[in-house]
Amino acid sequence: MEINRRDFFKLVGLGSAVLVFGSDIYSEAAEKDFYFVQLSDTHWGFNDAKFNPDSTGTLKKAIAAVNKFEIQPDFVVITGDITHTNDDPKERRKWLGEARDIINGLKVKNIKFLPGEHDAALDNGEAYQEYFGKTYYTFDHKGVHFIVIDNVSDPTSSIGDAQLQWISDELGKLKKDSRIVVFTHRPLFDLYPDWDWWTRDGAKAIDLLKPYKNVTVFYGHIHQENHHNTGHIAHHSAKSLIFQLPAPGSLSRRVRLPWNPTKPYEGLGFRRVEAKIKKAEYLIKEFQIKKG
Amino acid sequence: MRMKNISVLSIAVITVLMFVFYNGTTCSADQNEPVIKITAKKFEYSPNSIKIKKGIPVIFELTSLDRLHGFNCPKLGVRTNIEPGKVSRVRILAQKVGVYEFYCDVFCGSGHEEMTGKIIVED
Repeated sequence: MEINRRDFFKLVGLGSAVLVFGSDIYSEAAEKDFYFVQLSDTHWGFNDAKFNPDSTGTLKKAIAAVNKFEIQPDFVVITGDITHTNDDPKERRKWLGEARDIINGLKVKNIKFLPGEHDAALDNGEAYQEYFGKTYYTFDHKGVHFIVIDNVSDPTSSIGDAQLQWISDELGKLKKDSRIVVFTHRPLFDLYPDWDWWTRDGAKAIDLLKPYKNVTVFYGHIHQENHHNTGHIAHHSAKSLIFQLPAPGSLSRRVRLPWNPTKPYEGLGFRRVEAKIKKAEYLIKEFQIKKG
Repeated sequence: MRMKNISVLSIAVITVLMFVFYNGTTCSADQNEPVIKITAKKFEYSPNSIKIKKGIPVIFELTSLDRLHGFNCPKLGVRTNIEPGKVSRVRILAQKVGVYEFYCDVFCGSGHEEMTGKIIVED
């Protein structure tokens, strides 16, 4: 599905915030421009009304909202923590299956998954792979090379040497000006290590990406938007679809923020990202979950 | 003979370095430094609130009662794995009064994110 600039702004016209990230402002739509949707941290199985009295309905509301888009995204990516932690391997699989079935309710059938630590860290991704396939992989879409990095199946929140070598090999096939988008769950940079908001060997991945001129990272994990640059590489975290977490370092401890009945679904949402291929720009539009 | 002495010295230096790095950070061989024993299990440390004195080094001896855990106190620059059946030692030397949070950084289950503690550094 290709869309032009006019169509896109018509599509996002009801929204509240549009952010443009990239080298400069574009003046015309490129032929291969497209958009995708990022959902994150859905934590299927989480059940505590203090933080979300609609824990079984929030993900479904997001899917319904995406399905209502007049022009459907080229694909939807879910950047990890699809399910909440379950110590029982049998129950873990039940939740993974339920989440997969709900997500398959999306009209768009091109869905890209990656794990979060809640999905994969207790069994090194074994159960996750039974339901969603590989934990790291690449794919190409309309001129953009996407790299999915797994920084959660190792319970020490590491990428690991084997995967780093694989990333290096994959990057070696690309030109230095290739359009590269990375999907991962945890921040690759040291966002706030005091709260475990980092990847232990994330700096090694960033070092591998540095020689490439057009790299953008989309991730989850921290249940809120955050926009940060390491040199020329932009990193954008997404909102959650289950509960909010505080801004990095804003409280003495990382604790879930309670549900605010006067502002239901506050801070919970998803985003759509329009990829402008020529200029390697990513136009981000945030959507909040609404009651009803 | 001179070469032999250099080789012996090199081995000694390497052995000392290996000892230092193997123990995570800066674990000292000083027998006089006070030792604080801490146990880890899903999903708590015991004790989880530890008072130490500013400028006085202490050794934390960490053991796990169930599975692999971690101990990470970023603001004091100390971390180690805590493996079942082994004693992990880290040396803590805090130069500033304050409260320093530590947490398990090896994902261990449903209560992992609540597995935290604090080091209270006093004058």
